[in-house]
Amino acid sequence: MQFFFEVLIGGLLAGVMYSLVALGFVLIYKASGVFNFAQGAMVFFAALTTVGFISMGAPFWLAVALALLAMAALAFFTERLVLRPLVNQPQITLFMATIGLAFFIEGIAQLTWGAQVHALDLGIADEPIEWLMGNTGMNISKFDLVASGIAAALVAVLAVFFNKTRTGRALRAVADDHQAALAVGISLHRIWVIVWMVAGFVALVTGLLWGARNGVQFALTFLALKALPVLILGGFESIAGAIVGGLIVGASEKLAEVYIGPHVGGGIESWFPYALALAFLLIRPEGLFGERRIDRV
Amino acid sequence: MLYREAGQFKTTYAADQQLFPIRQDRIGMAILLAVVFVGVPVAAATPALAGMIDFNYWFSGVLIPFLIFSLAALGLNILTGYAGQLSLGSAAFMAVGAFAAYNFELRVPGMPMLASFILAGVVAALIGIVFGLPSLRIKGFYLAVATLAAQFFVVWALTKFGWLSNYSSSGVITAQKLVVFGYAVDTPVKRYLLVLAIVSVMALAAKNMVRSSIGRAWMAVRDMDVAAEVVGIPMVKTKLLAFAISSFYCGVAGALYAFAYLGTVEPAGFELELSFRILFMIIIGGVGSILGSFLGAGFIVLLPIFMDLSAASIERSFGLALPAGLVSNLTLILFGALIVFFLVVEPLGLARLWQIAKEKLRLWPFPH
Repeated sequence: MQFFFEVLIGGLLAGVMYSLVALGFVLIYKASGVFNFAQGAMVFFAALTTVGFISMGAPFWLAVALALLAMAALAFFTERLVLRPLVNQPQITLFMATIGLAFFIEGIAQLTWGAQVHALDLGIADEPIEWLMGNTGMNISKFDLVASGIAAALVAVLAVFFNKTRTGRALRAVADDHQAALAVGISLHRIWVIVWMVAGFVALVTGLLWGARNGVQFALTFLALKALPVLILGGFESIAGAIVGGLIVGASEKLAEVYIGPHVGGGIESWFPYALALAFLLIRPEGLFGERRIDRV
Repeated sequence: MLYREAGQFKTTYAADQQLFPIRQDRIGMAILLAVVFVGVPVAAATPALAGMIDFNYWFSGVLIPFLIFSLAALGLNILTGYAGQLSLGSAAFMAVGAFAAYNFELRVPGMPMLASFILAGVVAALIGIVFGLPSLRIKGFYLAVATLAAQFFVVWALTKFGWLSNYSSSGVITAQKLVVFGYAVDTPVKRYLLVLAIVSVMALAAKNMVRSSIGRAWMAVRDMDVAAEVVGIPMVKTKLLAFAISSFYCGVAGALYAFAYLGTVEPAGFELELSFRILFMIIIGGVGSILGSFLGAGFIVLLPIFMDLSAASIERSFGLALPAGLVSNLTLILFGALIVFFLVVEPLGLARLWQIAKEKLRLWPFPH
């Protein structure tokens, strides 16, 4: 039973990371209806830029600031060159465009900073918490705990941003109803740039946390693939859904790997979340917290 | 002047329904077929030319992969371009085809090669139907995610279940020798001709499929599924048939990929990356166009080769060494930029450009 909890908590903590990636997806989807496949590439790009500046001798905070600036520039150009010309196209066209964007960003990132694996040290030790180990015998990493703390703080900041600031409210207005938002004088183009910047910021935080864990490397781009089942479970429009979905996917894939994996040869982590999401789709296609859509002829 | 159909009258229904209603198109197609079926092999057999051009490289490095990817792109185009169901799992169905053909050859004594290719396609079609089932309830990128499940599951299963790869380590299979009707297909030229013949027949079949009732049903589903259902198009049958036929094409392409192109393949070679490449082919070539599948495949196959060659010539002429990975990253950037460019500027791809060129050609050189 103790082992079960250890796996469960480890999975939940990994799930927090999935939630962060999914959060970036949800932000963009809500504001512009674009399913941004490039979120994983953005995570990679943000982390690599930070590490790149650090290796050039910049202090940590400056590197983060510069990476943030790069993400802002990326957001600006994406809106100008990809989103604006493709406005009013079918969603699936925009989705394919973001696949192209993902390739583009990956190429740029590796061209600028090289393709080797970089280590990133945030100053948080990746070691078991001792008193928990001593009292209950459970092996929970300090790093995971801090990372989920940061994730929670990020969500709180976003919540304040969306509820208390003028821009945040404009973002919510756009998410609610594009036309109504336009009618009261909110500029869609500006909102799109801002929301892509916010997604870039989320990508940066995600990239730093994952990068510190597993090294900053190309594999970060595959995070986008992990986040897709999370979105299906949680619903494309819901921030709460992204978080709950991430936790469910994280916990269930670890549990499945430990309890089902040995019977079928292991390594089922790669597809189990998808199977779970598919099964879920058949029952509740709009996800846990998504908005129910009704098709009309 | 040359390309004008004035004076070509249709007097029978058969003439009205023929594949190439314009005589110039028929002549052009005949010339094209003559060149690729006869001209190219003859040129390769000519000693004078063979000294100048490395035909073996052209056959096994360019033409064969081009034809095989055209076939895969054709398969994806049937599903995505005609039936409107976005799939990110084409590489998985290619993997199914490759491993199925291998197993049919391995386990059924005296199995004819072509029969195992066809059966490989059928197996891929069956798997395609299974993974196409979610399409009955979901669409758009929900469906794209469902096809991703196919992608990951198939690669995982091929790696984990040793029986499928005859218990080789990490699922690597080495394709058996290509023998068709007792005739050993062992040189690049012969392999090229075999692949060309198969691709031609299947392209012809696809062309006829998409202009028959089933193709029209696919397009109706693509354009508006509710309306299609209202006018009596059976949704289940149409969608699943699109998945089956698309997977059949991808499966045969996969079998050829293993048997006629690489020889040795492993499940990891059929990763998501390959699916994306095939998707890029149809976006660049033209969504919903048979010709587009070929143009797109040619473009995607040739672009990296062109990049490599130009990088090599830059290195030679300037005497400098380009950093490793530069070319591959530039190719990545170019792919991404081209995808966005085509989606923005010409969503119907190269095939549409060809169509525009033909329109212009009808008036040339007297546009008034």
